[in-house]
Amino acid sequence: MVDWTDFERSTILDIFSKMDYDTVGPKSLARCLVVYPWTQRYFGNFGNLYNAAAIMGNPMVAAHGKVVLHGLDRALKNMDDIRGTYAELSVLHSEKLHVDPDNFRLLADCLTIVVAAQMGAAFTADVQAAFQKFLAVVVSSLGRQYH
Amino acid sequence: MSLSDKEKNTVKDFFAKVVSRSDDIGNESLTRLLVVYPQTKSYFAHWKETTPYSAPVKKHGITVMGGVYEAVSKIDDLKAGLLTLSELHAFMLRVDPVNFKLFNNCLLVVLSMLFPDDFTPQVHVAVDKFMALLSLALAEKYR
Repeated sequence: MVDWTDFERSTILDIFSKMDYDTVGPKSLARCLVVYPWTQRYFGNFGNLYNAAAIMGNPMVAAHGKVVLHGLDRALKNMDDIRGTYAELSVLHSEKLHVDPDNFRLLADCLTIVVAAQMGAAFTADVQAAFQKFLAVVVSSLGRQYH
Repeated sequence: MSLSDKEKNTVKDFFAKVVSRSDDIGNESLTRLLVVYPQTKSYFAHWKETTPYSAPVKKHGITVMGGVYEAVSKIDDLKAGLLTLSELHAFMLRVDPVNFKLFNNCLLVVLSMLFPDDFTPQVHVAVDKFMALLSLALAEKYR
């Protein structure tokens, strides 16, 4: 069980309520595939990932970026039990998708950087701390069911 | 994971572009390090305060960015170029190297925040690699 201060709770919900999922999702996943190229191992059937331009323009990457970002919706609706909420997704990523859980952290880092670019000065140190705490909980929960 | 010539130029060009904001970058990065990773405050118990953007934080941010820019100028041989700084961190400051990663994370967020159009994924990967290599060079003398 994670303790959220009122500031953290409202900050996190506020960020996501204003977020442009159709931009942030694709940008985050694309950035992850460019900055950490070994993450491309999970997207063998996504077509052209040969260089940064190809990745950033790839429609399958964009579509999947939106899917992944919307995956956070469940955590936002259940902030007091993110671990339980993601148990099933964790099993899926482990047993079916075989994703190394460290990748969740890499994607979370890229998402943070994209959101920082979008929010500019509004992404204050306190807001950054709250956002990173939320993502850390999500990342931990997604890796929880691996064995 | 070494830097290609192209990446070295990307790093040099980007840091040259943002040099006028170097003090702000240092201030923001260090402030965020202390807020987002409060355990890092343990290294600054001797300061009057560690509050965001306070005088000691601002001053130290300038020092740290000085080190980053020195590393940029020595990008072709970081290990040799940062020998003195490594000895300082190893024998005097004894900062646990895990904190270098935490600072790097904050620096990347700040660069993205301040320069959203310039901090493209290509620049991001080059700078991330550079900071990782800088951290390695800094930890060279630890043991």
